[in-house]
Amino acid sequence: MAAAQVIRSEWTKIRSVASTVWTLSLAVVVTLVLGMLISALSANEFDRMGARDRIAFDPTFVSFAGMSLGQLAMIVFGVLVVSNEYSTGMIRTSLAAVPQRGGFLAGKIGVATALALVVGLATGFAAFFLGQAVLGEYKASLGDEGVLRAVIGGGLYMTLIAVFSMGVATMLRSPMLSLGILMPFFFLISNILGNVDATKKIGRFLPDQAGSRIMQVVPPLDDDTPYGPWGGLGIMVLWVVAALAGGYLLLKKRDA
Amino acid sequence: MIEAVGLTKRYGDKTAVYNLSFQVRPGAVTGFLGPNGSGKSTTMRMILGLDNPTAGHVTIGGYPYRRLPNAARQVGALLDAKAVHGGRSARSHLLSLAQLSGIPARRVDEVLGVVGLHEVARQRSKGFSLGMGQRLGIAAALLGDPQVLLFDEPVNGLDPEGILWVRNLMKSLAAEGRTVFVSSHLMSEMALTADHLIVIGRGQLLSDMSVKDFISANSADFARVRTPDTEPQQREKLSAALTEAGGSVLPEQDGALRVTGLPLPRLSDIAHEAGVRLWELSPHQASLEEAYMRMTQGAVDYRSTIDQKEGFQEPLPPGAQPPVPVPGQGQIGWYAPPPPQQGGQHFAAAPGAPQAPAGPYGAPDAPGAVPGAPVAPVANPYARPVPQPGQGAAVAAPPSAAPAAAPAASPAAPAGPAGSDVTKPEDAR
Amino acid sequence: MIELEGLTKRYGEKVAVNNLTFTVRPGIVTGFLGPNGAGKSTTMRMMLGLDRPTAGDVRIDGRHYDRLKDPLKYIGALLDAKAVHGGRSAFNHLLCLAQSNGIPRQRVHEVLDTVGLSSVAGKKAKGFSLGMGQRLGIAGALLGDPRILMFDEPVNGLDPEGIHWIRTLMRTLAAQGRTVFVSSHLMSEMALTADHLVVIGQGRLLADTSMADFIAHNSRAYVRIRSPQRERLLDVLHGAGITVVESGGATLEVDGTEAERIGELAARHQLVLHELSPQRASLEEAFMRLTAESVEYHAHSDAPAPPQQWGDGWKKD
Repeated sequence: MAAAQVIRSEWTKIRSVASTVWTLSLAVVVTLVLGMLISALSANEFDRMGARDRIAFDPTFVSFAGMSLGQLAMIVFGVLVVSNEYSTGMIRTSLAAVPQRGGFLAGKIGVATALALVVGLATGFAAFFLGQAVLGEYKASLGDEGVLRAVIGGGLYMTLIAVFSMGVATMLRSPMLSLGILMPFFFLISNILGNVDATKKIGRFLPDQAGSRIMQVVPPLDDDTPYGPWGGLGIMVLWVVAALAGGYLLLKKRDA
Repeated sequence: MIEAVGLTKRYGDKTAVYNLSFQVRPGAVTGFLGPNGSGKSTTMRMILGLDNPTAGHVTIGGYPYRRLPNAARQVGALLDAKAVHGGRSARSHLLSLAQLSGIPARRVDEVLGVVGLHEVARQRSKGFSLGMGQRLGIAAALLGDPQVLLFDEPVNGLDPEGILWVRNLMKSLAAEGRTVFVSSHLMSEMALTADHLIVIGRGQLLSDMSVKDFISANSADFARVRTPDTEPQQREKLSAALTEAGGSVLPEQDGALRVTGLPLPRLSDIAHEAGVRLWELSPHQASLEEAYMRMTQGAVDYRSTIDQKEGFQEPLPPGAQPPVPVPGQGQIGWYAPPPPQQGGQHFAAAPGAPQAPAGPYGAPDAPGAVPGAPVAPVANPYARPVPQPGQGAAVAAPPSAAPAAAPAASPAAPAGPAGSDVTKPEDAR
Repeated sequence: MIELEGLTKRYGEKVAVNNLTFTVRPGIVTGFLGPNGAGKSTTMRMMLGLDRPTAGDVRIDGRHYDRLKDPLKYIGALLDAKAVHGGRSAFNHLLCLAQSNGIPRQRVHEVLDTVGLSSVAGKKAKGFSLGMGQRLGIAGALLGDPRILMFDEPVNGLDPEGIHWIRTLMRTLAAQGRTVFVSSHLMSEMALTADHLVVIGQGRLLADTSMADFIAHNSRAYVRIRSPQRERLLDVLHGAGITVVESGGATLEVDGTEAERIGELAARHQLVLHELSPQRASLEEAFMRLTAESVEYHAHSDAPAPPQQWGDGWKKD
């Protein structure tokens, strides 16, 4: 009963602020448009590719290319859902209404996660179908081996990125600080660490690097990644759990 | 000296300030009162040359603000405590202001000392509490040692010591012969600070007179009389005698009587003739708040209503207490609530809907606010307390004192002036 | 009923609240006073379970705050008018609070009506004035129709009509038998509202008494007397062993609160009194006397330094 109340309340909160609408729609639009754009470019380039590149060509993964930017909007969504409470002072009102902090956090993150999952999965499928439509003759089909897993995985990936951000924001409280750390991390640092040979071995255990493995259907040729698609997602889930646990412990301990 | 002549400000077809003429004289603290949305801030902004009047003009020492030679040394103003760059220290904020008007740096440290911020002068003002911000704003106003000072809600966020300090500061500035113009919503504070009052409502001048005159003009002075607690019959006897002599008598919660319409010596004589011993016979003036509420009751935003509590469907116990004013606090709600037909709150209107029949922000008047309409307190637990007629009163009010039947109305003063058309203080009687 | 027992809060070295023990009783308005930095806000936050006490205990109707099921139905608080997401409408703000405590939606409309915000219920809180924000906060406190109410600086930003309304509201709530706990810096306002006072300074309890006792103990009380038979009255008073101060004109002053006795004396000797009024110092004076020791940010002096001390150098030219 109490849980249902918190969930209803959190749903009212999340649907009654404009930032929910614009962050999520930005995530969808950016992922779709950029995915179609890159799919179109790839279809054009395909004839000029080398043999090795053609073998490694992964039409499913290409259609998800927009997620590299779209995930940033998901991060903003995740951060704002939590840190808005702090930046507006609403947290005191909220915790006075729901003093069980664990329940409060669970309700808030549960509702936001469910919403992100719906949007993430819809985006995953839409990005796939739109991307494949643009790819034309090079397209993959949902029935191909591993493709359905990759498409659902794309939705899960976007969801987990948002949840990870919620955990970080719960720890840091300030929206500026949270975004200032998460945005450059996922947009730049993780990519650099994951692509420079010296740091690659560590870099691929970062949440986004590991998690995005699930969207690959055709692995790169000289792939030596020590985990599979679900293993990668598992690593990402561990990161998310760690962030949430940290957030929970701090929320529990801290004065509001 | 601040002088406004025919000052008018329109925003589109909404008139914020209309034909306002007044003088703020030096050597006194002049309070500037009015409900929210009455045009106080707009007037302040026009005085300081921040807004241009649509018609009329306002001058300080004979000049419009923008043509004042070295304005910063003649006029100091506290408009908004938060108008400070948060990343700057208190000292550099003041220093930059001082340098703008050629005031030496030494003066900055002086005013920091005056307002009690010398110890935090080098901290960023971002970390300041509202009260500290307020002190910083006051420091800025004092910086140029000006002859004319304007303060908008100066005690906001200050603690009791700070409030006392600001009050004394304003009084001493006025005592030095300066012109001090203060706006505030805190009537009890204004009553202690101001010598003179300018009251506006709906952008028009309602009153321009001394505090004492204002209170006398807008409410009735009264006397509190107490008879021996041990002998209730004495109280009834006195009450009857006073009523017969033409006074109007209301019981107070601690057993005393509130008498209007009879001077103290006459009260004393009547008691003597009736053989009633007095334990108290004290003159009282109504509070500034009561007088103010009477005058401005037409122009108010956000009228509150009763709490129906239907969502709970939890009937209060049958024996629920009616709201009872508490001893020593006789004046709860004894001024008349606004008449229900109060229509055009057009200053409360949102832009674009200026002549709405009822102010869009003004909730409809509660039935409980209608004078004379008895309201069952059980149904309206949050309504303005409307003590039950005759409740706890052995002393029957005379039939002529109609308000006694609806104690929410004034006991003696004639029916409220219902300020909608009030433009001159004389009209308020 | 709110009970505090040995409540203590330390931030590192600094003791914000030091061993506070008092009870806030139902049926009256209890004022909570103290200079800035005295620990008022910290205490109120601990009452609501927002801050964790370093030591001691707060109980709401006998239970810890976080043990309350649907706490808004037990205690409603206005802590900070700005504790609202500006992008959310007033209605939705209250709705999410109501839902979290299983309060019916209809009740949100009611409290919006009560505080006079019905017509702006759909507007974002961002555009609200301080006074409107305050009303929204009060609506939130009333939402659960709680038996205990707590208000921190409730009149902030309200205009005179609003100030009068909230004062009447608090007194009405108390008269209904609820517990009303209100903090304020406005002594003159407190004097009109509170029946009982809890005063703290530097985190410690300074006073926990009724308003009348507080003023009586912390300031001078006297009776002012005027009579056309001044000389005879003086004799009578002297004869009764009452010390009289002659304070100019026809007015006499007698220390203490003996108006009754003087009235009886006058009646017995057939003396006419034109005034017999017990005089009390203001709450502010009493408060200042009590807390003089524990004030932060002292202004230099009560008055600004006279101009000849400063500014002489630069004003000459």
